[in-house]
Amino acid sequence: MTAAPIDTGFKGSAARNAAARARLLRGLLPALSLALVLLAIAWLNPRAISYFGFNLMLNLAIPIALATIAQMFVIAGNELDLSIGTFVGFVGCVTATWLKEAPLIGVLILLGSIGVYALLGALIHLRNLPSIVVTLGMSFVWQGLAILVLPKPGGKAPDWLLAIMSLKPPFVPFPIIAALLIGLVVHFGLMRTSYGTILRGSGGNPAALRRAGWSLLWTKVALFSLTGLFGVLSGMALIGITTSADANIGNGYTLLSIAGVILGGGEFVGGRVSPIGAVIGALTLALAASPLLTFMHIPPDWQVAANGAILIIVLAARVLISRKER
Amino acid sequence: MASLKALVTKPWIWSFVGALLVWLVTIAFTGGYGAGGMVTAALSLAVFTVIVGVGQMFVITLGPGNVDLSLPANIGLASAVAMKVMGGSDSMIVVGLLAALACGAAIGAINYLLIWALRIPPIIATLSASFIIQSVDISFGRGLQIKPPPGFADFTNWQIFGVPVLAMLTVLFTIGAAIALRRMIYGRSVLAIGQNIRAAWLAGVNVGRVRFLTYTLSGALGGIDGALLAGYFRGANVDIGNEYLLASIAVVVIGGTSVAGGKANVPGVWGAALFLVLLLTMLNTFGVSAGVRLLLTGLIIVGVITAAGGEKAVR
Amino acid sequence: MAGADIRLNGAEKHFGAANVEIVRLDGAEKHFGAVRALGGVDFHVGPGECVGLVGHNGAGKSTLMHMVAGTLTPDSGTIGVHGAVEDNYSVSRAQQLGIRCVFQELSLCPNLSVAENTRINHAALTGLGWRRRAANLIAAKLDEIFPDHGISAADIVGDLSIGRRQMVEVARAFTVTRDRLDLVILDEPTSSLDAHTSGQLLAFVRRFVAGGGSCILISHVLGEVLRNADRIVVMRDGKVVASDAAAAFDRDRLVAVMGGAEAHRKSAVQAAAKAGASPLRVRARPAGQMDGKDLVACAGEIIGLAGLAGHGQTDLLLQVFAGAARAKAGIEVTAPVALVAGDRQSDGIFPQWSISENIGIRSLSRLRNGLLISPRREAELADFWQKKIGIRTPDMNNNIFSLSGGNQQKALFARALGSDAGIVLMDDPMRGVDIGTKLEVYDLVREEASRGRTFLWYTTETEELDNCDHIYVFKNGRIVANLTRDELTEEKIIQSSFGDAA
Repeated sequence: MTAAPIDTGFKGSAARNAAARARLLRGLLPALSLALVLLAIAWLNPRAISYFGFNLMLNLAIPIALATIAQMFVIAGNELDLSIGTFVGFVGCVTATWLKEAPLIGVLILLGSIGVYALLGALIHLRNLPSIVVTLGMSFVWQGLAILVLPKPGGKAPDWLLAIMSLKPPFVPFPIIAALLIGLVVHFGLMRTSYGTILRGSGGNPAALRRAGWSLLWTKVALFSLTGLFGVLSGMALIGITTSADANIGNGYTLLSIAGVILGGGEFVGGRVSPIGAVIGALTLALAASPLLTFMHIPPDWQVAANGAILIIVLAARVLISRKER
Repeated sequence: MASLKALVTKPWIWSFVGALLVWLVTIAFTGGYGAGGMVTAALSLAVFTVIVGVGQMFVITLGPGNVDLSLPANIGLASAVAMKVMGGSDSMIVVGLLAALACGAAIGAINYLLIWALRIPPIIATLSASFIIQSVDISFGRGLQIKPPPGFADFTNWQIFGVPVLAMLTVLFTIGAAIALRRMIYGRSVLAIGQNIRAAWLAGVNVGRVRFLTYTLSGALGGIDGALLAGYFRGANVDIGNEYLLASIAVVVIGGTSVAGGKANVPGVWGAALFLVLLLTMLNTFGVSAGVRLLLTGLIIVGVITAAGGEKAVR
Repeated sequence: MAGADIRLNGAEKHFGAANVEIVRLDGAEKHFGAVRALGGVDFHVGPGECVGLVGHNGAGKSTLMHMVAGTLTPDSGTIGVHGAVEDNYSVSRAQQLGIRCVFQELSLCPNLSVAENTRINHAALTGLGWRRRAANLIAAKLDEIFPDHGISAADIVGDLSIGRRQMVEVARAFTVTRDRLDLVILDEPTSSLDAHTSGQLLAFVRRFVAGGGSCILISHVLGEVLRNADRIVVMRDGKVVASDAAAAFDRDRLVAVMGGAEAHRKSAVQAAAKAGASPLRVRARPAGQMDGKDLVACAGEIIGLAGLAGHGQTDLLLQVFAGAARAKAGIEVTAPVALVAGDRQSDGIFPQWSISENIGIRSLSRLRNGLLISPRREAELADFWQKKIGIRTPDMNNNIFSLSGGNQQKALFARALGSDAGIVLMDDPMRGVDIGTKLEVYDLVREEASRGRTFLWYTTETEELDNCDHIYVFKNGRIVANLTRDELTEEKIIQSSFGDAA
């Protein structure tokens, strides 16, 4: 820190420190909300806080976290992917059929679908299209393809995938290790590398990036390809857990992933995202979605409402805390 | 000639051209059979998308991030409320419609309350609200098997020379909406907020009130739509509004409204709604499977939006 | 090629044409739709030369600079760099050849840190340890140009004040990694800087030029150009109308060559001692004011808000603006308020709308005929102000962006002055506006004040305070001095701005 002898701006170092502190606190909020949900669970059912309990409760956390990360990449570029849910479903159907029966073709299909995402990024940039509408259309496409691949629920996950997803490492449950790993790897890639900086910059001020000689086409293609890649991983992880597929299996993931990114402290515009926050947001949602409600003896009719209420409460807490900070 | 040129540059013309093309392809396939009936059916169905589409259009015009995701749940609940209040009796039709309207408006007001008080992005606020509404609907509408009053069911299906009366009324409503958008302070304010919310505030626009009105309007239109749907399909159910989430957003954008905000288009909503309904009719006529139908619907939406292109960024 | 047809002019005789020119444009033309932005411009910059570029808004300066920087390609004409003609000239090519540009609109990513923003301009900053190298690079350059900058390389740009952002942007342009650095274009580099930091920057520019580098300096502050440039190029209507050694110009000649407005400058009108006699319009106390000092404005007064940039003047204006809509503690506002934004793009312009819609938005309720807005009345309002304030356009229904920057600003003035507001707040609205527009608007402001309107005028240009009846000087969010026009001197303002808070 360089000490300024004369403070030449009103928004001086004190104000800037306050801004940095507020940002830090906002960064801690996702973790805080996760802790809150965990505390509630521990209070309602202490036995759930155990190796076995976490394994069970966080069962679906890995695919949700991966889908949230996928969504985070497009949001970093000021776009939105409304098709990620049906895409995860499509990948699930391919995983449970082609990937098991004809691995080579299966792999090619999945790589091809990432290529489709890359093309979408190019299309959206070149024709200056609203991503909401394009991905809305794509959600129909993926759903249709999923039904064509797997008309009736069924299929079976490849054995290696089942083996990975049912790993039982000592002491720490697998979902927690996996979530940590995902968060750290993406954090390093997007927040610490020089090219990750360029990708985030494309969301912060695209014009500045273009003037510095970077191609916005390529940043957009890169962000969409990463979304496709993590969408594929999410679909595969999901089938590794559920063992069989269904064309509608991922439908809820679109809204879940958006909520996860926002819960994790991300913003819709301006390239402000946080991979670790997104993973934590996804874990919070995964825990709040079913285990907590079951422990609270909420009747099935009202479980959906409780989900909405939890989302509102967590976000309200976030606002309260950041208000107090100011 | 000059007027034709002016017409071609209007963004909404393309949705009508698309609808016409789809219709022509279908009647070419059937050899002209059922051409008129298809238009009637398309008009009757498009009405429901247009009503919620107009509400969604005003919301989307407020600017990036503004969208009402609670419409399906809203429609579902309002349809149940309307049927319950009407209770199958013709004398209660108006009361039931008002109840649905109030229910929808209340949902819209709550949406804005969440956005304003909790400073949640609208996407998340309306999404969370829709979860809660959905549960209320499931709980409230359980086993609700009330038929609409015969008079109401007849009214929603009433046609004069093959033109649904509901469609005529909706045309009047959309003309009103177009006037409100261009010539009323409310509409100007929505457009200003959508272009630059800070500049709108500094230019003296009452930003809070306009946003509140817009979400409430969208909610109220969802409520009316729910009641009309229940009348048209002769009964309420929880899933009755499901398809209107994607449909309402799709018609707004295909119709030439900018998702970046500040630029709206009312006629385009009609064109896009007719286009989508006729598209489904066409695919059904071709007898394709559910998977192919979805696939083609999606590809056509992407194709249309690509062909129409985004507006060029201003300087 | 370019070397073959060097035409000698005054400047080259002065500085010698022995070295190869850094950049040369011959017959550059550019059209945006039907508008001709540049009509056959010849322009060059030699090594070790600081070229001042002046002209009214819309004269084509920015377009010309975008071509030199590679962000725009000319419709016809050639660009040569270091004596060789470039056929596929682009931003990256310009960078390889050592040409950088600091654009008028800031080119930083607000979500990234200062160091990360430096990375964006340097393809070479990659691999292990890039964050540290980027941080050191920018910190060293900031220290060199602005010794007391108080910016850390880890600061997120969005947290910095606009002045500090401009400092980062300027410093970034002078950092060097792999590519050479020969020419830096500075487009209004001091528009958000106060006098102290502007001085630091211009001193650095002179050191840079003395060390063999070249600069193009675009500024509306003619004194800056006259004092710092070696040669001055004047543009008007998309053409170069004069190019000569800086010593050959003085302020009056520059203004005359720029054309348009006459070089007259009225001495400030006599202060009609009206304070106290007319009704109170605004009484406001800044949020951080502890000693009970108020800002007081009466009907018909022009009140200046002075001090270094970003010391709470804008905050006070916004406080007054909000206070007009809803009662607030410490703020008393007795008439409708309108605001003229200084940052046009973020606070003023509605980009999708026509000029007349942009003017009418503040007065919608008066434009109504029953429930509906009357297009006729809207057009009348727009036409009236087009004539009165001189908005240069063939049709007020054209998009607002068809206007040059100065005329856009006039439209924003028309929006405020055409409204029912008795109080007009001005948030440094003359930032980057050409002198002709300024003089026209000064007259208008005085005329409107004499009719009873009250103006609160925040400005960073001391000369403008001559128009004010009363001046409040701000420091750290507080009023530290309260001067009448007779007491006003530049020294007094600087003294209060830098001195300890009274």
